[in-house]
Amino acid sequence: MAGTATPEWETVIGLETHVQLRTVSKMFCGCSAAFGAPPNTNVCPVCLGLPGALPMPNGLALQLAVRAALALGCTVHPRSVLARKNYFYPDLPKGYQISQFEQPLSTEGSLSYLSPDRGIALATIQRLHVEEDAGKSLHDRFPKQTAIDLNRCGVPLIEIVTGPDFRSPQEARAYLLTLKQVLEYAGASDCDMEKGSLRVDANVSVRRVGEAVLGTKTEVKNINSFAYVEKALTVERDRQIALLEAGGKVEQQTLLYDAKTNGVRPQRAKEESHDYRYFPDPDLPPLVLGEEFIAEQQALLPELPAKKRERFVEKYQLSVTDAAVLTADRTVADYYEAVVHAGSGADAKVAANWVMTEVLADAKAHGDGLRVPAGALANLIGLVRGGTLSHQAAKRVFGEVADHGGEPRNVAEALGLIQVGDTGVVTGWVSDVLGAHPAEVARYKSGETKLLQFFLGQVMKLSRGKADPKLAQRVLEERLAA
Amino acid sequence: MSDQSEALASAKAAADRLVKAKRLNACLTPVRELRKALVTQAQAAHPSGVLYGMPVAVKDNICTLEFTTTCGSKILEAYRSPYEATAVAKLKAAGALIAGKTNCDEFAMGSSTEHSAYGRTLHPFDKTRVPGGSSGGSAALVAAGAVPAALGSETGGSVRQPASLCGVVGIKPTYGRVSRWGLVAFGSSLDQIGVLGRSVHDAARVLAVISGRDPKDSTCEDRDPLRLPNVPESLQGFVIGIPKEYFPADLDPAVRRGCDRAVRLFKELGAAVREVALPHTAYAVPTYYILAPAEASSNLARYDGARYGPRFDGTADVRALYRTTRGEGFGAEVRRRILLGTYVLSSGYYDAYYRKAQQMRALIAQDFRNAFDRGVDLLFTPTTPSPAFKAGEKLNDPVAMYLSDIFTVTANLAGLPAISIPIGRIKGLPIGGQFIGQAFLEDEMLEAAYALERVVPATEEA
Repeated sequence: MAGTATPEWETVIGLETHVQLRTVSKMFCGCSAAFGAPPNTNVCPVCLGLPGALPMPNGLALQLAVRAALALGCTVHPRSVLARKNYFYPDLPKGYQISQFEQPLSTEGSLSYLSPDRGIALATIQRLHVEEDAGKSLHDRFPKQTAIDLNRCGVPLIEIVTGPDFRSPQEARAYLLTLKQVLEYAGASDCDMEKGSLRVDANVSVRRVGEAVLGTKTEVKNINSFAYVEKALTVERDRQIALLEAGGKVEQQTLLYDAKTNGVRPQRAKEESHDYRYFPDPDLPPLVLGEEFIAEQQALLPELPAKKRERFVEKYQLSVTDAAVLTADRTVADYYEAVVHAGSGADAKVAANWVMTEVLADAKAHGDGLRVPAGALANLIGLVRGGTLSHQAAKRVFGEVADHGGEPRNVAEALGLIQVGDTGVVTGWVSDVLGAHPAEVARYKSGETKLLQFFLGQVMKLSRGKADPKLAQRVLEERLAA
Repeated sequence: MSDQSEALASAKAAADRLVKAKRLNACLTPVRELRKALVTQAQAAHPSGVLYGMPVAVKDNICTLEFTTTCGSKILEAYRSPYEATAVAKLKAAGALIAGKTNCDEFAMGSSTEHSAYGRTLHPFDKTRVPGGSSGGSAALVAAGAVPAALGSETGGSVRQPASLCGVVGIKPTYGRVSRWGLVAFGSSLDQIGVLGRSVHDAARVLAVISGRDPKDSTCEDRDPLRLPNVPESLQGFVIGIPKEYFPADLDPAVRRGCDRAVRLFKELGAAVREVALPHTAYAVPTYYILAPAEASSNLARYDGARYGPRFDGTADVRALYRTTRGEGFGAEVRRRILLGTYVLSSGYYDAYYRKAQQMRALIAQDFRNAFDRGVDLLFTPTTPSPAFKAGEKLNDPVAMYLSDIFTVTANLAGLPAISIPIGRIKGLPIGGQFIGQAFLEDEMLEAAYALERVVPATEEA
């Protein structure tokens, strides 16, 4: 099994995921929450923690947090409390982070995901709460000095905490990808790990198979990309197993993952064992969310990936795998449905193939979104079905429309790709081909019928792809049968 | 423009009076800078403003663009705020002139203005005594006649107590009546900007200007500014409650006599007077000294030398920077309260202290609601247990110092408006009486204060 290093050990993983909410401004002030601005330019008295400044909650951030909670099936509490998490660090200008502790925004949700080990599995969401981000300490910018960038300070986050539900690093990764999908669907976050808008801390422990109590856990921090999730967790799992097999003990501690060495190292003792002295933030009244507000956010949620997948299988008669590919991204799913519904009644299965191959390949190659409008693709598919374009020719037209735009039929005409469906003309090409290959004709007639494809190829070549292949095949069969 | 010259004349006169009051060490702004700033402001002041040309001094824990904002602390020495408090902006918009920054106990922690890194403020009547605190500089300047009004701030009585000791009027509005934006936080759930004035009217009209909603402070109520009541002819129809817990057997007999005299006057004015019970009063000071330090320990975490304010060495590593900056930048009283607050919030102690204190705070607030529910409009009590004490007298006995707020902390814990007005003298030293009103009913409280002020022999021995 992929999940276990050796059959005697079971791995237990729980994840704490920090996700940046998709807002224009920060959690408690009007500063821009955009990524990549020059250091310390998106700051004001509030996020700098200047004396006398006060936080004011961002309404959109709360809406998005509630939508995320509902998308994960959480109970959203009508009253929750913002609390201060106190600790000293140079990139934390107030000396505390505004977060939630007792009475979080929401609790008790779940997320169904496809485990590579166990099939459909359920991750429990213990809590989802809102908080603000800290700034960034840059240790490598100036020799022997630490620089501080406070642009991130106050950016709105949600923290999503799962139970100890994952049995392998692969499962943890599968959950994260599903989580990302759901949050993107809900419009709550863009979940871009490279921009730091999704960050993961993991609690990892191992125990002998069959054991009821959990082993001593460690916390692995600093996992900064999806690619590293599996690596970091595998490294830590293997370290713990090796330690226990050698007769040692796992020490409860916080570890930092280092992608360069693919190893973990303990966080310095000084940075550890915080007593955060949480208490309700007296600058902020409790978050009171009315039933109406919560219902409104629920109504604003789109159909979520799992639901959409089921519907695609049902409605468009697609395989589960195809439906999963098409629903992985909300934009792609919407695009697919637009193609299917675009008047000419493109066959759902054919449309799915087009989207999964040409459309996604083009999007990947150009990183420029979906460049061929859904209506145009529907028309293109119609031209193939009507015999006006060969499939090969249609692919060329697709590329042309993607690069330069235009109506597929006009583009096909301009490129001279419209199929010739005139029996007289096609018969002429067939006669020329058969005349040029008497030996093959003889072999065919003596029973080597698979040569039909050869003749068809020759006809297409001679017609430079313009012959209607179905018509050409019929004429060939007739002539060869004569 | 004749109006502009009026403001200029007022500015120059204020500057002259502030120079004369210099010996009190009540104003932290250097005289030359102050004079210049007053003139500049007078030239820019709006003649149509309701406070046009009125000089108002501002406690040094309230952010101003004009002057430094040090909170009486070395850790903010020379600190200039890049923005100003909403209260200050509203004063300026109403045509008032910001007449310098006043001395205070460091970060408003104290009851004598002795805990200032910039030296103690003297009582204007007796330089061997304290003016009270923490808004002692504001109280002393008003008492000395240098300004008609000044902003102070309250967490546990820091406006009313010095007002009482200096013989001026001090108002602490309902929590949420005035924006805290730009008030440097001490105990955020208790802090409120207040006003000290020569008279009820001077204090009240400044309060009216600075009150009202502010989108920058989510604890500020979404309400229109306070409307000033008329001075009433009588107190007919008023029911004034006298909470017995505020008149303990060992109360200074002169203070008691002063209060009794005031009560006789209420009756003469037509008010009904009734004894009431506020049974949890005894727990107010301990409750306050858990909650206020807890919040302070967090609020003052930002002063670490990393971003602003002076650094006291320790650049080698960041922990050393924190240790030396906070160790040397804060005075002893501030350090004491940070330690107290850190302790009561620590895991294992939180439930025994912080959570208990929150529960007690709710009971104290309920005491007041019960009294008001039984038909009492206002409560009347002494503001302080004694007149101004000698400098140094309580400096080494923090608990004795804390007990000088025994009659004032309750209004902060319950979030209620309260006012102290002079009601007499004890051997020449002023004492104040206090009205505690119902939440957001400052107008009723002010009516009673107006009425008492007119008849009480405030400068006579009690």
